[in-house]
Amino acid sequence: MRRACLLSIYDLARLDDRVVFIGSDITKQNLEKFSAEYPDRFFMEGIYEAHIVGMAAGLAFNGKVPYINTIATFLTRRCYEQILIDLGLHNLPVRLLGSGGGTVYAPLGPTHLANEDIAILRAIPNMTIVAPCDADEMNRLMPQTLNWSGPVYVRIAKGGDKVVSSGRHPFEIGKAIPLREGHDVLFISTGITTQIALDAADQLSSAGVESSVLHVHTLKPLDAGQILARARGVRAIITIEEHTLMGGLGSIVAETLMDAGAADGKRFARLGFPDVFTEELGSQGEIMNKYGLSAENLVNKAKQLLNH
Amino acid sequence: MTVKSAPLDARGIQHRREILKILEQAQRGHVGSAFSVMEIVCVLYDDVLRFDPKNPRWPDRDRFIFSKGHGCLALYVMLAEKGFFPSEELYKTCKFGAMLGGHPESRKIPGVEASTGALGHGLSIGVGCALAARIDRKNYRTFVLIGDGESNEGSVWEAALSAGKHKLDSLTVIVDYNKMQSYGTTYEIQDLEPLVDKWSSFGFSVREADGHDVRALKKALLDVPYDAGRPSALICHTVKGKGMRTTEHNPEWHHKAKLKPEELKQLYAELEGAL
Repeated sequence: MRRACLLSIYDLARLDDRVVFIGSDITKQNLEKFSAEYPDRFFMEGIYEAHIVGMAAGLAFNGKVPYINTIATFLTRRCYEQILIDLGLHNLPVRLLGSGGGTVYAPLGPTHLANEDIAILRAIPNMTIVAPCDADEMNRLMPQTLNWSGPVYVRIAKGGDKVVSSGRHPFEIGKAIPLREGHDVLFISTGITTQIALDAADQLSSAGVESSVLHVHTLKPLDAGQILARARGVRAIITIEEHTLMGGLGSIVAETLMDAGAADGKRFARLGFPDVFTEELGSQGEIMNKYGLSAENLVNKAKQLLNH
Repeated sequence: MTVKSAPLDARGIQHRREILKILEQAQRGHVGSAFSVMEIVCVLYDDVLRFDPKNPRWPDRDRFIFSKGHGCLALYVMLAEKGFFPSEELYKTCKFGAMLGGHPESRKIPGVEASTGALGHGLSIGVGCALAARIDRKNYRTFVLIGDGESNEGSVWEAALSAGKHKLDSLTVIVDYNKMQSYGTTYEIQDLEPLVDKWSSFGFSVREADGHDVRALKKALLDVPYDAGRPSALICHTVKGKGMRTTEHNPEWHHKAKLKPEELKQLYAELEGAL
């Protein structure tokens, strides 16, 4: 997914000379063409995230569309004030491409996990937040970032994730994608948890339970209309996210349902990380399994809610 | 450099009179900080910056990032004087719905490049402006005014590293070095010395000036870049609260709220040289 993202920026740079790339001491891989062909618009900067976000703001004030890539943890937390003021307050078209959103860097320990990026960034007015589910969707997203107004955060998952999106579903920033229709339970997912939701839906289908899957790739601006429309016919709603339960997708959906008075008579559950620092190391899959972010647990949760 | 401080000229007194009038209405403001930078801002707008108040976003204008946003009363006075907005706005400062606040906002105020107030943001933005000029082969210059207290922020030095690396000779950082921060002196809170050596070691060509000597400032600011291929730093030795005995070197006047009529009367009198 990161590869697709970085190669897309090269394509955008070819189309539009406003496009500028800023990296923070990241690997050369997938950047060779950009740096060779557009050296005046390619900046491989030091490990100072606060500075590069401010620098990107200065470039954007002067008509550029900077794409910044570094590890999601540092790109969201280290420079939060720069994101909020320099990008958010000024509503500048800077694109923050966070590698390893969620638990991609599980074996590297808690300093490298970005399990709260959505929660902290969505509190910033003017911010757009997108978490594609696979590399194909990343390819559909990136061209739309070029002329999108205001700052955008793109949560990049691990490379090689299973491709579950399809060109049959038109991609538009801010428009959730219904990937499956079913009248019993609605799964609402974002990023790679959409893969889990689809797997769970398959498993439930063989047990006679029909599920809807709504892929909310854009967390902000939210497609509240689509969430409410899909919620209407089902008995149970479960959100699943590779993110803390404090303020992410589950919170967003709960707020949306409650605000609209659409939660009555429905069972509701949120799957995500509890309010703890994970300690396990291992792989992304192992950590997600441990905290119930698996098709198996989603199936069980759905059955449990529907049987009540 | 021996720290001397030139006496105020007529414009310096007039500008401070304006700031006192704003304070009278707003009942709050970073008094010491504004008086500290007044001559720097005045010389920039009188003699150095290319700008067009009728077209504040003129693409070829010089960029001036007022990074130590809390000193903005000095900026407001100059922007009004140069015609960016009507002077009446000055006397609504900090009021509900006003254009001018306790820190400058670019989305509201013509002539303000970036909203500042959170310290340590401006120099990075200035680096971005200078890089954009280089990409677009434009010859506008970028000036960033920072404070000495602000220089405690690590991001200032991140930006300095980057400016040096990119050899941004269209970029000038102006340091308002009054040696006072909110609690006390920079020497006791966070000593910056040797400050000239610091900027120099980050790749800047450095000069020093008396930050209240209009002629010296003009010469130093018209001379940039000091060296081709290097960003410039002008360390301005200033006096916090410059111009009034009560406010000079007095951390209590870093920010002042709820000014009493007798305090203002005293300040006016000191400014006019009556005391």
